[in-house]
Amino acid sequence: MAALRPAGDYDESYIRDMSFLRRPWMNWFTWGVVLIVLLLPFLEIWGLISSANPSYARYTWWMNILNRIAYTIVALQGLNILTGLTGQISLGQAAFMLVGGYISALAMTYWGLPIILTIPLAAVGTGAIGLLFGLPSLRVKGFYLAMATLAAQFIIPWLSRNLWKDYLGGTNGSIVAPVPTIFGYEFSGSTNMFIISFITLVITSVLFNNMIRTKLGRAFVSVRDNDLAAELLGVNLFSYKLKAFYLAAAFAGIAGALRAHTERGIGTEFNYTLDISVLFLGMLVIGGMGTNLGPFLGAIFVILLDEGAIILGETIAHAFPDQAGALQTSFRPIVFGVTLIIFLIFEPRGLAHRWYLFKAAWRLRPFAR
Amino acid sequence: MENINNPILSVEGVELSFGANRVLKNISFDVQPGEIRAIIGPNGAGKTSMLNCMSGFYRPQKGQIMFAGQDVTKTPPHNIASLGMARTFQNIALYTGLSTLDNLMAARHIHMKQRSLASMLYWGTAQREEIEHREFVEEIIDFLEIEQIRKAVVGALPYGLRKRVELGRALALEPDLLLLDEPMAGMNAEEKEDMARFVLDIHERRGVTVVLIEHDMGLVMDISDRIVVIDFGEKIADGSPEEIKNDEKVIAAYLGQEE
Ligand SMILES: Nc1ncnc2c1ncn2[C@@H]1O[C@H](COP(=O)(O)OP(=O)(O)OP(=O)(O)O)[C@@H](O)[C@H]1O
Ligand SMILES: [Mg+2]
Repeated sequence: MAALRPAGDYDESYIRDMSFLRRPWMNWFTWGVVLIVLLLPFLEIWGLISSANPSYARYTWWMNILNRIAYTIVALQGLNILTGLTGQISLGQAAFMLVGGYISALAMTYWGLPIILTIPLAAVGTGAIGLLFGLPSLRVKGFYLAMATLAAQFIIPWLSRNLWKDYLGGTNGSIVAPVPTIFGYEFSGSTNMFIISFITLVITSVLFNNMIRTKLGRAFVSVRDNDLAAELLGVNLFSYKLKAFYLAAAFAGIAGALRAHTERGIGTEFNYTLDISVLFLGMLVIGGMGTNLGPFLGAIFVILLDEGAIILGETIAHAFPDQAGALQTSFRPIVFGVTLIIFLIFEPRGLAHRWYLFKAAWRLRPFAR
Repeated sequence: MENINNPILSVEGVELSFGANRVLKNISFDVQPGEIRAIIGPNGAGKTSMLNCMSGFYRPQKGQIMFAGQDVTKTPPHNIASLGMARTFQNIALYTGLSTLDNLMAARHIHMKQRSLASMLYWGTAQREEIEHREFVEEIIDFLEIEQIRKAVVGALPYGLRKRVELGRALALEPDLLLLDEPMAGMNAEEKEDMARFVLDIHERRGVTVVLIEHDMGLVMDISDRIVVIDFGEKIADGSPEEIKNDEKVIAAYLGQEE
């Protein structure tokens, strides 16, 4: 009955064995993080930190990075459902974020909906668009499917520039995304926005974790690992591939909505290009495809690396003023490219795999090698 | 056996070719409920192709295969499992990235009623269902004596264990008819014995009808009720082990092969 894990650690019931915060410390840690984040705005409200403070600039800089990390993780979770779990490739995740951002911004501006409604709306609407671009997956696989999803990356931004110019910003390439309000409280500023992103991230993480321990997630993985066997075991490939496309796009829609309100604008001006879609795939590889930790580790690692590369690039640019322009533009992509290659060669299963190895070794201490 | 006129599965005039290669030539036979039916024949005879047709994976150009009142050659593959048929593969087709437990749980797919949204929310019904099926699957894990590898990712398991997990996955489907493609191939004597014991147990205690492809003649003669012999895509004999042993065509087909 009891499921044994190494070093005498038992689960007494299947419920406990199947829950994802299996140990008391995981619970404490999770609630601790939630509490700290929810207390963040009080730093400003109680005047512990203010714009007069010399370190305020650094504080907001960190807040902006946290925001970027949060919505990137959500986008990666979506991609992880499609690519990591179901084994279908997508090069359109950034374009779907664009759709979600538009939906949320427009619904807020014109219908006056609060953010707790515009985010789900962005999810549902973007999911529907994702479904459309997922249709080719029923006929083609691998490289050809990548080409088909690439279409989203060209068609969606083009439409946003050429369709309903009054609403979508036309060739300006952007519209304003309003400040979200909930019960009259304005969530302006990066700290407030991070609260929203963080709560959303908690919800998407719960959804993702539930998925991988239930019927839906197992069906996705069976499509990835052996589609022929999956079919003979009763999995309807057609329907599950479409579900994966729908969910991937829905998560992208949520991420897009968060990003739009964080940046207070949405449109092609805001860089939702193919680069970003490819970057997402790279982050997922670095973090660990198909794992629940992958999106977290990938987004945090790559975004911090990227910020580091910006600083380092600037420094080097100062040292070589005649090459400054070239260094500032090319240093970041080079750092990312080299990192990705290193991972593909030495740890194709990503940081998550490293972490699991480390955990396994830790559990067996002092007998680990 | 019990019910001679009402086979659980019947193959009628099946023809299968890949281009000019005629792999199955007008094959007919039936499987009676509750029997162990073996399909034997030399390498490349078309046994696996026959099984692939029976499980709806290959579509024969001619003929029909009736199971549970339906022609499986015209049924979408993903609907065949719920008719009550499960199979294993000659070259093992597990979900390599999942644990043993999840491989078996994945086979409960057709028995689970939760909607995708309920899965994601892990609502009461979804959770209750997961636990219920977990209990069912654990029972199979006990039966096959694979408790120790419950949480192990199957891709990394040794060959013999993977075969066993695959059998477990097929069982988790709760089939009436189980198709086994060389379940004992490549195993040592001890593993073979275990496997044979499992197959017999499944047949006797769970009342599952078994169709078995196997090269080990001693074993086939021991455990099967009736045997179909295929050679170069043609059925050359069909009968009890005694009859097959003494059949001239069968002896000729196997001449030159050791056994
Ligand atoms: N998908 C396919 N495409 C083309 N030819 C095929 C295909 N599947 C089977 N064949 C051919 O059908 C013939 C019979 O193959 P099959 O695998 O059914 O034999 P078998 O009796 O199972 O042999 P073994 O004992 O080696 O497993 C072979 O000539 C094989 O090349
Ligand atoms: Mg074969």
